[in-house]
Amino acid sequence: MPEPVIIVGAGQAGGQTAVSLRLMGYEGPVLLIGDESHVPYERPPLSKAFLAGDVGHERLYLKRPTYYDDHDIALKLGMRVGAIDRTAKTVTLTSGESLGYDKLVLATGSRVRQLDVPGVDLNGVHYLRTLGDVEAIKAELEPDAAVAIVGGGYIGLEVAAVMTKLGAKPVVIELLDQVMARAMAPEVARFFEHVHRGEGVDIRLNTGVTGFQADDQGRVGAVATDRGETIAADLVIIGIGILPETGLAGAAGLAVENGIVVDDCGRTEDPSVFAAGDCTNHPNALLDRRLRLESVQNAVSQGKAVAAAIIGKPAPYAEVPWFWSDQFDLKLQIVGLSEPEDRVVIRGSLEDRKFSACYLRDGVFVAINCINALRDFTAAKKLVAAGARPDPARLADPDIALKEFE
Amino acid sequence: MPKIIVTDRDGSTRTIEGETGLSVMENLRDNDFPIAAICGGCCSCATCHVYLEDSWFAKLPERQEDEQDLLEGSGHMKETSRLSCQIEFSDELDGLTLTIAPED
Repeated sequence: MPEPVIIVGAGQAGGQTAVSLRLMGYEGPVLLIGDESHVPYERPPLSKAFLAGDVGHERLYLKRPTYYDDHDIALKLGMRVGAIDRTAKTVTLTSGESLGYDKLVLATGSRVRQLDVPGVDLNGVHYLRTLGDVEAIKAELEPDAAVAIVGGGYIGLEVAAVMTKLGAKPVVIELLDQVMARAMAPEVARFFEHVHRGEGVDIRLNTGVTGFQADDQGRVGAVATDRGETIAADLVIIGIGILPETGLAGAAGLAVENGIVVDDCGRTEDPSVFAAGDCTNHPNALLDRRLRLESVQNAVSQGKAVAAAIIGKPAPYAEVPWFWSDQFDLKLQIVGLSEPEDRVVIRGSLEDRKFSACYLRDGVFVAINCINALRDFTAAKKLVAAGARPDPARLADPDIALKEFE
Repeated sequence: MPKIIVTDRDGSTRTIEGETGLSVMENLRDNDFPIAAICGGCCSCATCHVYLEDSWFAKLPERQEDEQDLLEGSGHMKETSRLSCQIEFSDELDGLTLTIAPED
């Protein structure tokens, strides 16, 4: 019996790699190891429909739970890899079990960025990354709870929107002077802030959290800020970003630099070791740079690329990055990576809550935020990939379809 | 079990047993058809695009606005285009016949 392909991490990238190996005809053993107790599932709904209670966990699974057995993909769930020995070609689980591999795929994903302030360990203070995190939040959430959300990024704002829907009272505390600063221009961020405030979300910008205070039962009761305020909170949810989970790779002597360093097929410098998903630093020929992405699209596409490389039919991967978010009635889709210096061209009407913000860099269409403007989304992906140079005046006219600029 | 008759991008046709209560997209995904369905069914990505057979297209409720807009952005939209995540599979859809659309 040959040694298996061992995939460390049963998230979207790991799950996709296992599935793609079988779809591409790989007949050797495949073992998928994950530290959560679930088969691979989608994370994006955790802070949206799943938190809201609109879908149960069985609708989050990437494939039905019996799929893996049906396709001879072995699972070790609820287990962690503690170390890799690249010379012996083994991984050792924290339980002590040692397993040999033929090929190793690191799909270790991300971990939450932690807030290092007093009181962060109090009951009632949560991070939001896993299904288990959300189940814990839901178990503690009272309908009219005061919920302090630390961080005004995607997670924070999605959670705030759901909280209003559930009847809770959210306060978003953001260190910077705008929400979603990484993804969008200030004028678009102002629009989101306006909508959130109109829906009853209290947004505090330019505000840092200095600590959490206990109530008389010893649970969290308030948030202290660097502006000297005390904000009452029955529950705290921290969403201040994620970091690539690269500890295993680094300890095994693989190159790590803001992610595990791989090529455009997900190969590390060790011919037996590959990596896919959030944990990688990879080149993107379309963008002409290396990058690390926190996205489903990257996890899925890179998982496929790694499977292709393992079966000896490498297919370099380069796609325009894209993301989405749902907040209230706002369907937000993001294509490309914008920078603060980019020129912003608005198509459509902020008042009608239906517009796109296009980002031009030296005249080149590099990114877009579509807000209830789904018609622009697919065309925008093509424009970014092609490095299109649309006339800004015509671009600002929403009656001219983006397709016309291809 | 009710059936779904699926023609893949390579022209081959396969009949699958459909699970009711799931979307058509989830049924296609569980049966390894090459739809990416990246957004998982929240109508945000248009990567589960299919063409329905004419008679089935006529039988189903009309597209909602989000679905319509996403499809209009696609380079492959046809009269019978649907996003398969927006169709819930049920016993009434036994025999649903569709073709996987090309990727954008």
